[in-house]
Amino acid sequence: MTQDSTSKSRQEPRDLRIGLFVTCLVDLMRPSIGFAAVKLLEDAGCRVEAPSQTCCGQPAFNSGDRATTRAIAEQVIEAFRGYDYVVAPSGSCAGMIKAHYPELFDDDPNWRPKAEELAARTYELTSFLVDVLGVTKVGAAFEGEVTYHDSCSGLRELGVKSQPRTLLSSVQGLTLVEMTDSDVCCGFGGTFAVKYGDISAAIVEAKEKNIEATGAPTLLAGDLGCLMNMAGKLTRDGKPVAVRHVAEVLAGMTDEPPIGAAKPQAAT
Amino acid sequence: MSVHSTSPQFKENAARALSDTQLQRALGNVKQGFIDKRRKAVENLPEFEALRDSARDIKNHTLRHLDLYLEAYEAKVKASGGQVHFARDAEEARAIVLSLCREANARTVTKGKSMIAEEIGINEHLEANGVTPIETDLGEYIIQLRHELPSHIIAPAVHLNASQVEQDFRRVHKDLDPNRDLSQPVQLLTEARTVLRERFLAADVGITGANFLVAETGTSVIVTNEGNGDLTQILPKTHIVLASIEKVVPTLEDVSQILRVLARSATGQEMSVYTTFSTGPRRSSDADGPENYHVVLIDNGRSAMLGTSFEEMLRCIRCGACMNHCPIYHAVGGHAYGWVYPGPMGAVLTPSLIGVDQAGHLPNASTFCGRCESVCPVRIPLPKLMRHWRDREFEHHLSPATFRSGLAFWGFFAKRPALYRLVTRAAMASLGWAGRSKGRFNWLPLAKGWTKSRDFPAPQGETFQARWKRERGNNA
Ligand code: SF4
Repeated sequence: MTQDSTSKSRQEPRDLRIGLFVTCLVDLMRPSIGFAAVKLLEDAGCRVEAPSQTCCGQPAFNSGDRATTRAIAEQVIEAFRGYDYVVAPSGSCAGMIKAHYPELFDDDPNWRPKAEELAARTYELTSFLVDVLGVTKVGAAFEGEVTYHDSCSGLRELGVKSQPRTLLSSVQGLTLVEMTDSDVCCGFGGTFAVKYGDISAAIVEAKEKNIEATGAPTLLAGDLGCLMNMAGKLTRDGKPVAVRHVAEVLAGMTDEPPIGAAKPQAAT
Repeated sequence: MSVHSTSPQFKENAARALSDTQLQRALGNVKQGFIDKRRKAVENLPEFEALRDSARDIKNHTLRHLDLYLEAYEAKVKASGGQVHFARDAEEARAIVLSLCREANARTVTKGKSMIAEEIGINEHLEANGVTPIETDLGEYIIQLRHELPSHIIAPAVHLNASQVEQDFRRVHKDLDPNRDLSQPVQLLTEARTVLRERFLAADVGITGANFLVAETGTSVIVTNEGNGDLTQILPKTHIVLASIEKVVPTLEDVSQILRVLARSATGQEMSVYTTFSTGPRRSSDADGPENYHVVLIDNGRSAMLGTSFEEMLRCIRCGACMNHCPIYHAVGGHAYGWVYPGPMGAVLTPSLIGVDQAGHLPNASTFCGRCESVCPVRIPLPKLMRHWRDREFEHHLSPATFRSGLAFWGFFAKRPALYRLVTRAAMASLGWAGRSKGRFNWLPLAKGWTKSRDFPAPQGETFQARWKRERGNNA
């Protein structure tokens, strides 16, 4: 039997039970990203649940507050027990669970194995789709050029680089225009962006130039923190670039206004 | 601690750096040159990643047996006719160097590039005691004329442009023709060469640093591109090597392993132009070399790092790759860090050496983008070590009170999911409503640092968890 690449990429429903780690930013700021992630996972044949959750604890972890981080991490470990996989639409939060939870419980023989077990089945969304499920195609269409920013944690802690590009290349009508230094930090860094606002602003300014230089009217990335930073800079400077999470485009859910843009006024 | 630190004023330093257009232009060059050159060098060496592992392993092994290797090294130096002096701190090191200079009746001392010399502030000390130190590395020479610290560990004057250097040369080289043409960089180089040539010949003592000390042979190794290090250590009667204790490695084979990652990481060269091995004073059969060979082995805080989570920092081979790839360094340059060591390596090392109460900003001023760790030839987990400093600051209540209470407030809710859902649901609804017409805020309380130069996107209004519950009931 011969198989062409199209039939090879088609997913059989696997009935995997996925715990969606929504991430606090998506939960609070832009739930549509979470629903786009749900659609992508369900389209691939997974069953998705979203257990009660708050945050991965990264803000406390990066501020040196280990006690609070551990309390939050224990909560996450408990909440996501028993799922086949835990998937987050964020390299940063998935990286926190995958790379840092085991380190956090380094000296705790009770929690360390649980942290490692959770880490082993936790994935960033696009890498889960491509690396675990073998998805190479999505059914979406998006007309025009986009450019893609590689968020740092996903890129360097989890090796997320080719996966979003693989999926984007299957979106009908979409052309990816790479920016210079797509793998260089946008200057977000969580509380860094507030505590060292001037430095953060200088870094995002350099990013803005690289985005603009592509001429693409749409900027995508896989982490809402970085996206809010870049969108905030672009809107402040009046640059007409629409900023979205990559999942929104991959799921074909681009009805919501872009990040930082106003809702179109209702007709009545 | 020796050199005065402005690390506590990091924010002010950074603000000044950000508005210094000349500096910003100079920093643009760091971004371009070093990164491209390193990438090409790495691409040309398929075993580069494996060599990084082996460099890390060599350093780790040595650190675990540091006392043994230091003893072995000392014995070999003595056997080859040299002397080793141990200095616990900067003050002891300065006193030893000064007394060696006095023994040699030194009036002028030539110096090769050495970061530990900067760290212990040897130039000021010698000068204050009637001995004139002359930097012979071009970059170091320039910043010595300007009374500045290096702004980069391998390119000390990278923050300057040629016209600034021209002005300094005209100011200092008074006996040269005031109408000479110095418009080309090569003319500056030639002038520095000519001036320094006389200094080399007149110097009574030569001081160099060391990239490696070899326990097997008692050899010190320097890696340079200008050849000034060789003239510094060969011409004068006395050669003093300044080195911190973690520079020792077991064998020559180990040196050659690490050399393969050092220059590639630093400048993208396969090897630097000069790699010079010196073992003891001149033997009767040698064509040249110093009559006296001294090594000052300096601890200055290193041994206290052994056995702690900061031990890994002692692997550092001072290649500069971490700062070359650092977005913070690119934005503010080296002087903003306020002490001898800038960039990510400085953000970890400086608090160890001058105290986290002094240098607390440095490990905090990082986005944890991880690019430094991804290029470090000895695989130092720099972000993790910066985070360890943040842990200590938090433990010792050194982080700002407003920040701590904000964090505690957030943590209170983050630990209580039901309450969190309730509160965030209401908060996001009102924030979403407030931002609905524009889709963003150009001002928010407590986020001035953000909104000064960026908008803050408004939330969509309903939280994910609320909408999920509404649409799907509980989890279904
Ligand atoms: S920390 Fe690593 S990258 Fe930075 S200077 Fe040291 S060896 Fe080089």
